[in-house]
Amino acid sequence: MAEDRIKRFTERQKELNKLSDEELKNQFWQLCDRLVEPIVELARTHTSPSIERSVLLRMGIDSITAHGVVDRVLEAGLLGKGAGHVVLKVAEKQGVNIPTAAALINEKKEILSELF
Amino acid sequence: MTNTPEKLDPNQKMDIEHILEGLEHYHPRRKGWTWREIPQEGVEMGPFHYHDMSKPLKNSIGLPASKYFDHIDPQPSCVVTTEIASGRFEDDIRRMRMAAWHGADHLMVIRTTGQSHIDGLMEGTPEGVGGVPITRKQIRASRKACDQIEEEVGRPINFHSYVSGVAGPEVAVLFAEEGINGAHQDPQYNVLYRNVNMYRSFVDAAEAKKVMNGARIFQIDGAHNANATAKAGWLVMPELMVQHGINCSFSVAVGMDKDLIGLSTVPPNAPPAPKLWYDLPYAVALRDFFSDFKMRAQQNTRYIEADIEEAIRTHTIDTLISMLTSADIQSTITPDEGRNVPWHYNNIRGVQTVKQTWAALDGIKDLVALKTNGPMKEMVRDLKVRAVAFLEEVIETGGYFAAVEKGFFVDSAKYPERNGDGIARDGKGGVAADTIVERDADYFAPVCDHFGYNNVPAELQRPCDAIQGCTLCKPEKIVYIDELDPEDNCEKRLQETYPYRKGGKIKPEAEWAGDGTILTQFFVPLPEDYARVYGVEMAKKLGLIDPEVINIQVMHPAEGCFVEVKGKVNFELNLTDLKIPAKEIMLEEETLRQVVKKVGLTVVAGTVGEDEHSVGLREILDIKHGGIEKYGVKYHYLGTSVPVSKLVDAAIETGAQAILISTIISHNDVHRSQMKKLADLCVERGVRDRLILIAGGTQVNAEMAAETGLDATFGRGTKGIHVVNAMVKNLQKRGLA
Repeated sequence: MAEDRIKRFTERQKELNKLSDEELKNQFWQLCDRLVEPIVELARTHTSPSIERSVLLRMGIDSITAHGVVDRVLEAGLLGKGAGHVVLKVAEKQGVNIPTAAALINEKKEILSELF
Repeated sequence: MTNTPEKLDPNQKMDIEHILEGLEHYHPRRKGWTWREIPQEGVEMGPFHYHDMSKPLKNSIGLPASKYFDHIDPQPSCVVTTEIASGRFEDDIRRMRMAAWHGADHLMVIRTTGQSHIDGLMEGTPEGVGGVPITRKQIRASRKACDQIEEEVGRPINFHSYVSGVAGPEVAVLFAEEGINGAHQDPQYNVLYRNVNMYRSFVDAAEAKKVMNGARIFQIDGAHNANATAKAGWLVMPELMVQHGINCSFSVAVGMDKDLIGLSTVPPNAPPAPKLWYDLPYAVALRDFFSDFKMRAQQNTRYIEADIEEAIRTHTIDTLISMLTSADIQSTITPDEGRNVPWHYNNIRGVQTVKQTWAALDGIKDLVALKTNGPMKEMVRDLKVRAVAFLEEVIETGGYFAAVEKGFFVDSAKYPERNGDGIARDGKGGVAADTIVERDADYFAPVCDHFGYNNVPAELQRPCDAIQGCTLCKPEKIVYIDELDPEDNCEKRLQETYPYRKGGKIKPEAEWAGDGTILTQFFVPLPEDYARVYGVEMAKKLGLIDPEVINIQVMHPAEGCFVEVKGKVNFELNLTDLKIPAKEIMLEEETLRQVVKKVGLTVVAGTVGEDEHSVGLREILDIKHGGIEKYGVKYHYLGTSVPVSKLVDAAIETGAQAILISTIISHNDVHRSQMKKLADLCVERGVRDRLILIAGGTQVNAEMAAETGLDATFGRGTKGIHVVNAMVKNLQKRGLA
């Protein structure tokens, strides 16, 4: 295995040495871009508790409340909707502002049922 | 909200309690990174023209030797970083001010140990270990202090911390809201060094980078950790290029502007290795490939030992490499990092290393050029080829995550060789494993600077219109939390340190206000094992608390060692107990010369009594030593062991206006009696009114003039100019000039 790798490297080296400096640089960046492409797609289509808490912060919810809300939303299986989205729905449904909606979610998790 | 910071008085300490007032209403007055202003035509300072310097500061402290050059303090064209890590942000603030006065404009605050594994934001101001807990209050207070400090020195300060760990996106939002100017962000760092789950780390990073970009926060990557971690830091260079490449490409792909992306790069080697042979080709290769990005050149930490001077010498060479290639930011490492938590005065030493090297080598690129053929060309090309081959193998293996699982990274062998000591991580494992969630078709985040899929209702112009504005658009919506812990907070600590900050009690300090920490350095004629034990015993006898030997250098296995011991003093002094001698206000040098010329100032001088010492007096007289002759004063030197009467005779005969006597021997107070004798004799001869009488010597002090009837008396450390100053002032007082 190890010998194969070294052998493979020697072949690559031979090929790469045919490239000009500029071509080698282009090759480096093309490979980097190719490498990160699937990771960017993963990020584009996924979210995480921290991302959702960061959304809530931006909605004017304090860090402690935001933590609780995301936990509740995750438990309710609604993180894929977006925690901010959930808080917004609760606010609209209950006729309260965003911070109050967030506090309500922490107080009674039943509030999250039949939102969507 | 205030936009104009309060003005600091350079003669007053910062008032930390005052900074903490009204924080709940404070918002940063600007956001984003600032580069130094670099005049295209160069910078004129004193008698010199500088080629590669930025606009000078309004208030600063130059290098020690600047006193020979009209106190000029040239400022490098690059931003200069210092890392602040006291564990108490209230002490960090004072350290920042000191560092800014010495030329740092990038203040990087290290986080407390373990913060990267805390799932969420921290609040309040608990005490940290090896850094501070990064919180809203800590940032606000520090940023507010930086606003004042930057006004004081006359240059914007970039305040910096870390967007990593499992709360990256939240930290990024916090930083964007609070006006942090620069931050480390590199998902690979989380994966490799913090064992955060790899998928989570990258998903979070995309959001964090997008937020940082929105607030124009400059990003620094984490690749340099590979040379700090790998056993042979100089062999991992192809991999370092790959790590830089991955973070750059990923950052650009998620929407970060290239001018906000910096590489954290360290010259990987250190003497006694042939450092330049490895580090220079690497620096060139890196700058070739990454020409679209900024370079944050860090100094080497991998091979720092307890010896401060050794670290400084290595850092000087690191800075040379920056100057021979390029650096947009030159970071410094406190040279004591290898032996203790950085002490604040060592922050200054780190900054001085850059300032001194940069000034010394100003314009180097106009004088010398790197060779573009021979071994340089071969080594640069070889590194690039290995980096590209590394990437090819990663892709062939199945991509980045697969390569991490197979331990491709931080292996200490030179690619493609493997030592098998790389850091392998399991995609299913690590901190916060299995925590990413796929976004549904109706996923919605009603905020700005959000990355990725977002099902924003078509009628909205901005996503945050759904909530009538997010905190990034309406800062007044930010919720400020003061303290959560009633005991572990800065107010409590400030009460404890109050006596040492404002209460007139004095203790030395190195980390925190009032810590009492001092360092003693000495040679002891003992072998190493004995010297180590002796160091502690000696410090105990001196009364130091918690003594610890922090450095030993063997001078010879048997003859002895240089030892450094730190400890804490067990006493405090009162400010009121310190009697400060009144300071002599010196006349301008030009005024002195004019008066001397106008009156044709002439003196007679000699060593009096049975005293053959002449060195001190010659230094006061001779132009060679910067003596009075330099200022145009003529002198008649009568030699050593001169009777006082002979000096008075000579003064009358030559029409001199002053007599200078030197007296070293103080046995039986002979120096005092000689001085009195001179005064008495002049009175007796009726010439006291027209002669200025001055005495000097190692046992003489300024107070003796009144006691002996002379006009001025001088002790150790006196220079010719002090004597000229005294004579001119005396002439003026007598109406003779």
